Amino acid sequence: MRRAFLGLLLAGLLLPLLPLLVWVVSGTWRYPDLLPSDLTTRGLNLLGDRRTPVLEGLLTSTVIGAAVSLVACLIGFPAGRALGLYRFRGRRVVQFLLLAPVIVPGLAVALGIQVFFVRLGLSDSVSGVVLVQLMPTVPYAATVFGAAFANLDVDYERQARTLGAGPVRTLLFVTVPLLRPAIVVAALLTFLISWSEYVMTLLIGGGQVKTLPLLLFAAIGSSDTTAAAALALLVVLPPLLLLMAAAPLLSGRSGAMVGVGRL
Amino acid sequence: MTGADVAIVQVTKRFGATLAVDDLSLRVPPGSLTALLGPSGCGKSTTLSLLAGLQHPDSGDVRVDGISVLAVPAERRPVALVVQKPLLFPHLSVAQNVGFGLRMARVDRRRRSRLVAEMLDRVQLPELADRRVGELSGGQEQRVALARALVLQPRVLLLDEPFSQLDTGLRVQMRALVRRLHDESEVTTLFVTHDQVEAVEVADTIALMQEGRLAGHGEPETFYQRPPSLAAARFFGVTNELPGCVQGGRFCSRTGLTLPTDLPNGEAVLVVRPDRMEMVDHRGPDTLDGVVTAARFAGSHIAVDVEIEPGRTLTAHVPVGATIALGSGVHLCLPPSACTLFGAGGRA
Repeated sequence: MRRAFLGLLLAGLLLPLLPLLVWVVSGTWRYPDLLPSDLTTRGLNLLGDRRTPVLEGLLTSTVIGAAVSLVACLIGFPAGRALGLYRFRGRRVVQFLLLAPVIVPGLAVALGIQVFFVRLGLSDSVSGVVLVQLMPTVPYAATVFGAAFANLDVDYERQARTLGAGPVRTLLFVTVPLLRPAIVVAALLTFLISWSEYVMTLLIGGGQVKTLPLLLFAAIGSSDTTAAAALALLVVLPPLLLLMAAAPLLSGRSGAMVGVGRL
Repeated sequence: MTGADVAIVQVTKRFGATLAVDDLSLRVPPGSLTALLGPSGCGKSTTLSLLAGLQHPDSGDVRVDGISVLAVPAERRPVALVVQKPLLFPHLSVAQNVGFGLRMARVDRRRRSRLVAEMLDRVQLPELADRRVGELSGGQEQRVALARALVLQPRVLLLDEPFSQLDTGLRVQMRALVRRLHDESEVTTLFVTHDQVEAVEVADTIALMQEGRLAGHGEPETFYQRPPSLAAARFFGVTNELPGCVQGGRFCSRTGLTLPTDLPNGEAVLVVRPDRMEMVDHRGPDTLDGVVTAARFAGSHIAVDVEIEPGRTLTAHVPVGATIALGSGVHLCLPPSACTLFGAGGRA
C-alpha cells in the first residue's frame, strides 16, 4: 500500500517530464504521425554549445539563486528569531507586512519598483535582479525561521553561555546546528523561488540578465519545441537533484521533506 | 582549584510587577554545599540565574571571592549551572557534550579527550562516550550534564532542581553522587530544591527562601530544633502551634501553658515538633490536657491527634506499640527545650 502510494507519487512527478524527453530528440513531427519521423541531437547539442546562451543562463540562474538564497536567509534568520521568540507590540503587523509581497502580484510590484531601480542604476544588472528577488523570498525565509525559533528551547543557548560560549560561538555551535533542518528548508525554498522567477527578472534585468526561465520563454515564443524541451528539462532537473541531495540533511522531525529522502 | 566564596549582597530583581528577589543577602562560604530551599516561585531559580550571569539584578551586588562579578558576562564567570532539563546538545555525542566547554576554552584535542574520559569515569558513565544523546535514560542525561559542568573545574557549581524529574530511588543515588563529586572537588555548591528532605540529606547548610527573601540560614538541624521563623517552622513540617501572648517576660498560651521568654510584650505563637511531644501519665507544669481524636500508624511512629480545646488539635508522635484509645483523656508534655516562641511578625 505504502509502496503503491509512493510509486503513484513518483509517477505523477516524473510522467509530465516524459514528453519533454521525446521532444528533445525529435526533429520533424507532423500531425498524423504517431512518432517523430526523424530524430535529432540538436536539443542535446544546444546544451553543450558555447555559441548559444544556455550554459551562460545556467550559470546566471545558479549565481542569482545562490545569492538570493544566502541573503534571504541572512535577513530571514534574525527576523524569524524576533517573530518566533518575542511577543512584542505590533508583532502581527510585522508578520502581515512580511507576507505582503507574497500576496501582492509580483508584476505590479516590479513595475513600480523598476522606476526606482532605473534611477539608482540597478536595472539591467545581476545585483538588481538579486535585490528584487529578495521581495518574494525573504517572507518565506522569515516564516520558516519564525516557526523554527518558536520551537527552539532557548535554554540551550543559556546553557551554552554558562559553559563559556560567547554570543557568536553560541550562535555558531549551538543555535545553527539546532536549526539545521530549518536552514536547509529555507535555503532550498528561496533558491527554488529565485530559480523559477520570470516576471521580476525580465522587468528589472531588462532582458540583459538571461536566466533559464527567460531563455525558456524565448524558445517557446519562437515555437522551437526542441530547444524549449531541452531548456524545460534544464529548469526542472537541478531543483529535483538538489532536493534529493538535501533530503538526508533534514532530520526525521522536519515533516514534508522526509518523503524525498526516502525515495 | 578549590571553591570560591560567594556573596549575594542586598540583591533585588523584579520581573514587571513581580518582585522575584527582594533585598536578598546570602553568603556561601568556600567549599560548602548549601541547599537553597523554598516553595516554588520564591525566587530560588532567579537567584541562581543572577549568580550565573544569565540575569542582571536591579540593585545589589554579586561577589565571588569578594570581587563583584556584575560586569562579567555569563560565559566568563567561573560558575557552572545544571538545571532540571538536561539540555544536552542533541547534535553532539556524549563525549562532545562533556567536552563542549573545554572546546570553547580552546583546550587542545588530546587534553580535551583525556579530561572528558576522566570526567565520564567520575560520573560512572565511561562506556557511553560515543553514544548519541537521544539514547540516554533520564539519570544518565543528568550525569552527563553534571560531567559537562564539572569538567570545566568551576569554582562555583549551581544546581537548579537537577533531579526533580527523576524517580525517587534514582534521586537518592544522584544526591549521593553530588555529595561525592562535591567532596572530591570542594567546589562551592548551591543546590536549589523545594524538597526539605532533599535539602537536609544533601547539604551542609540550608538557606531558606520565602517570597524572595532569606527566611533562615543555618545547619539542617537548626531548622528542626530552633526554626528561625514561624514560616520556616511551618515549611519544615511543624503543625503544632499554640497562640498566646507575652507579658512581662512570660509567655502564656490561651490553654494555660506558661514559658519564660525574652520576647517583648504582645501576641506570640509557641511551636513544637510532633516528635518532641510526649504523652505522660501525670499532669505537670509543662503539660496540657486533651482528648485523643485520631491516631494514624506511620511506620516508625504513631501520629496521635489530641484536641486540647475546641477547634485546636496538636499532633504528637508516640512510639509504635503504645496503647491509644480514641476519646480518652491524656496529658501532653511539651518540654521547654523543644518549644520555640515567635512574636509578632513571625520572628523568634
